Amino acid sequence: MDITNLTVHELQEKIKNKELSILDITKAYVERINEKEKEVKAFVTTTCDEAIEKAKKIEEKVESGELNSDFAGIPIGIKDNMCTKGVRTTCSSKMLENFVAPYNATVVEKLNDEGIISLGKLNMDEFAMGASTEYSYFKKTCNPWNLNAVPGGSSGGSAAAVAANLVPWALGSDTGGSIRQPASFCGVVGLKPTYGLVSRYGLVAFASSLDQIGPITKDVRDAAMLLNIIAGHDEKDTTSYDNPKKDYTKALKNDVKGLKIGIPKEYFGEGINEEVKKKLQEAIQIYKKLGAEVEEFSLDIAEYALATYYIIACAEASSNLGRFDGIRYGYRTENFSNLRELYRNSRSEGFGPEVKRRIILGTYVLSSGYYDAYYKKAQQVRTLVKKEFDKAFEKYDVLLTPTSPTVAFEIGTRSENPLEMYLADICTVSVNIAGLPGISVPCGVNSHNMPIGMQLIGNKFEEEKILNAAYTFEQEYKFRDKYKPTFSK
Amino acid sequence: MANDYEMVIGLEVHSELSTKTKIFCSCSTEFGGEPNTHTCPICMAMPGTLPVLNEKVVEYAVKAGLATNCEISKDSKNDRKNYFYPDTPRAYQISQFDKPLCEHGYIEIEDDKGNPKKIGITRIHIEDDAGKLNHNEFGGGSLVDLNRAGVPLIEIVSEPDLRSSGEVDRYLKKLKSILEYIEVSDCKMQEGSFRADVNVSVRKRGAAKFGTRTEMKNMSSFKAITRAIEYEADRQIGVIEDGGKIEQETLRWDDVSGRTFSMRDKEDAQDYRYFPEPDLVAIRLSEEYIENIKKNLPEMPESRRERYINDFKLSEKDAKLLTASKYLSNMFEAAERLCGNAKSVANWLLSDISRILNEKELEPDGIPFKAEHLAKLVELIDKGTISSAIGKKVVEELFENPKNPEEIIKEKGWIQISDESAIKEVVEKVIAANPQSVVDYKAGKDRAIGFLVGQAMKETKGKANPQMLNKMFIEELKK
Repeated sequence: MDITNLTVHELQEKIKNKELSILDITKAYVERINEKEKEVKAFVTTTCDEAIEKAKKIEEKVESGELNSDFAGIPIGIKDNMCTKGVRTTCSSKMLENFVAPYNATVVEKLNDEGIISLGKLNMDEFAMGASTEYSYFKKTCNPWNLNAVPGGSSGGSAAAVAANLVPWALGSDTGGSIRQPASFCGVVGLKPTYGLVSRYGLVAFASSLDQIGPITKDVRDAAMLLNIIAGHDEKDTTSYDNPKKDYTKALKNDVKGLKIGIPKEYFGEGINEEVKKKLQEAIQIYKKLGAEVEEFSLDIAEYALATYYIIACAEASSNLGRFDGIRYGYRTENFSNLRELYRNSRSEGFGPEVKRRIILGTYVLSSGYYDAYYKKAQQVRTLVKKEFDKAFEKYDVLLTPTSPTVAFEIGTRSENPLEMYLADICTVSVNIAGLPGISVPCGVNSHNMPIGMQLIGNKFEEEKILNAAYTFEQEYKFRDKYKPTFSK
Repeated sequence: MANDYEMVIGLEVHSELSTKTKIFCSCSTEFGGEPNTHTCPICMAMPGTLPVLNEKVVEYAVKAGLATNCEISKDSKNDRKNYFYPDTPRAYQISQFDKPLCEHGYIEIEDDKGNPKKIGITRIHIEDDAGKLNHNEFGGGSLVDLNRAGVPLIEIVSEPDLRSSGEVDRYLKKLKSILEYIEVSDCKMQEGSFRADVNVSVRKRGAAKFGTRTEMKNMSSFKAITRAIEYEADRQIGVIEDGGKIEQETLRWDDVSGRTFSMRDKEDAQDYRYFPEPDLVAIRLSEEYIENIKKNLPEMPESRRERYINDFKLSEKDAKLLTASKYLSNMFEAAERLCGNAKSVANWLLSDISRILNEKELEPDGIPFKAEHLAKLVELIDKGTISSAIGKKVVEELFENPKNPEEIIKEKGWIQISDESAIKEVVEKVIAANPQSVVDYKAGKDRAIGFLVGQAMKETKGKANPQMLNKMFIEELKK
């Protein structure tokens, strides 16, 4: 039995049946990391020794009855922009290379409460800005399906680690597609919850009004379970909603009869790769066969979403990243003789080119004289995007689109062209703009055995509908039984 | 100031709110403390932290708005004001830009002729204070103390309705008094918890347009503000009279040299890139919430003044002076409740106590003794245990060594002599020593009695009961 190939719900069964011990599981993952991490390069920091120690402690606690959790002893990987007390949180930036937060993010606290064991912090695009994880200061993560390809981004480390069985599941964060797009590139499941469902406290902010933490998992059931753990109101984050607690696994009915699926035709037009389109069409046929009512419609505003996204996200980022000034923590230049130079040189030397590009863009769109033309206009378009989605959800339960216009591209082919890189987000950003939940599930591979992802978008706080739709497809299609990453070059 | 010019002044007052905890985290707002001890990841702007708005801050700001006749906005929000400075750890202040909590208010003061005048309040908004930089205090370099970072502030922006330094002084004192009355701010100027940015321009009397203004930032002394305004208006008139132009600029007032200096001109004006704070939800207030605060507003100075005139029969002037400071007014009421002699309590507060405060340059909250002590003093005089003359000495002593006046007079041996035989002895002695006064009195000069009483008081170091002295002198001289 390959322990690391099991889903979390399978691991739970094996623990329950005493087929596996908590320590067996953690050890298996540590071995897997030792074997495969050098190929995939998914981690910024591994905490294997600490994980083994923790596994022993948790085993004792479970035996003594001190800890009672279905998730006790399940390992996890955490994207390196969520604060972990005692383990550095770098955001894959030179700026925070040695930064150790004095506190835990709320999601990390929740994992700890369940006795979940962190195997380490996962690579990402610097400050979550990027779609390929190539903008990490430390390393380029490789896609387990083709080691010459990117894993997507910005949660590329999380998606690659799950796909390569380096962790059973992982937390990612999604500002414009950063969970869904890498999940699609790596053939795993990625869920971006409704804005406000999961606390952002302790997530190093990129764009506050768009950022959400969510699960990246091997299958839909695992995603529902991890969402169960991390969802919920947090008094430390006033933008988190106070909704009654749900058990999302109960939504997994394996039945889509009568489900109304809307297909926004704008997401199947120019720029979408033909093989991607073909797999999506096949997926639509499967839904029809399973009894869903599928209908094409027009989501006009979609074409403006990308521009709107980059204005709002960069504006917020330019302000959010102001705190990295070399004064209290993080990188400080050695080359300064006054305050201005301390600021300028610390930030010039500490941030990478993509982060600087977005800070400059964001500063520009907020500047007096340009604010109305850019930021204000973008906010107005944002309102229209929300309205357009509201209208769609009057008719449909879920919307179905590709997650990304293409499969994973080769490392180095886009990183020199920011605009082309930005287009990788075209299918995902409007979901963040509207604050909706979206999930990416694998729906096949292309002729080069590279995974293709399908995105299902739900109305606010209707994660259950997209989870069930994704689950039902997954049960029918059986992607994991058909395809496996090859670690080929 | 040249007579054909008038000043136009607008103020932005920053007042720290007296909430127990900071505006966006639960750190203490207490003044002082070792550097960076009243801090947490949130007010130090650690990556990933988020602000949570302290509801008390909203309540206090709404109180301030209601007490200054403002409209309270039911739909308000926070905005980020972006700038780099080491005392601002987030690199943005969380303030309010286009939707302040309170707008369109006024407070009433007297103009220079004593006529009532309304000064418009443009807006009141909430924001967080910055930290403090210590330059060269700890072995060179500059160090950041974030204890004050995140202490809640309200900024009260006035219309440019003020026309003299006297009006500014009365406006500031009135505003301070209001904030103290509603108990939202301690207004401790020496701790910087009440400070003003002063915008000054001048124009020819009768001119319709305002002149170009200059701004003096962070002034925290009434006296300095008055001097600075006078100086700056004169300087501007001088420039204009010499054919020059006023530059819009930020100035620094130097109290020692009594001059203003240029800090930065308009060209350097910062672009704060305000935008809505995405980490906080909008502030929505219900009608009931606002009404409830309105209902529970404490009694304001005007209403107290009326009450003092009607219930205690105080003069309008005394009532006004007492109610100008909530501290003084509270002390008056507390002492009055204990001793029942409103007039006497008011007199002591407004004469000797106010004089000593002035000499010591103290605000009323610098009175070191308690209302009980003042009440006791009044009782001792009313009972005849001590004279008013001794009372004055007791007040002086209370400032040095605050304790029960009964103990003071016992220790000092200041108890009034009311024993008849003792008084008689003094009277006889004084009569014997002043034969001319006796003659004068018998010749019909009643004033001579006053002189004799004075001599007797001198003889007893003020301890003799003056009424008894008076009575006994008359009896003796009529014999």
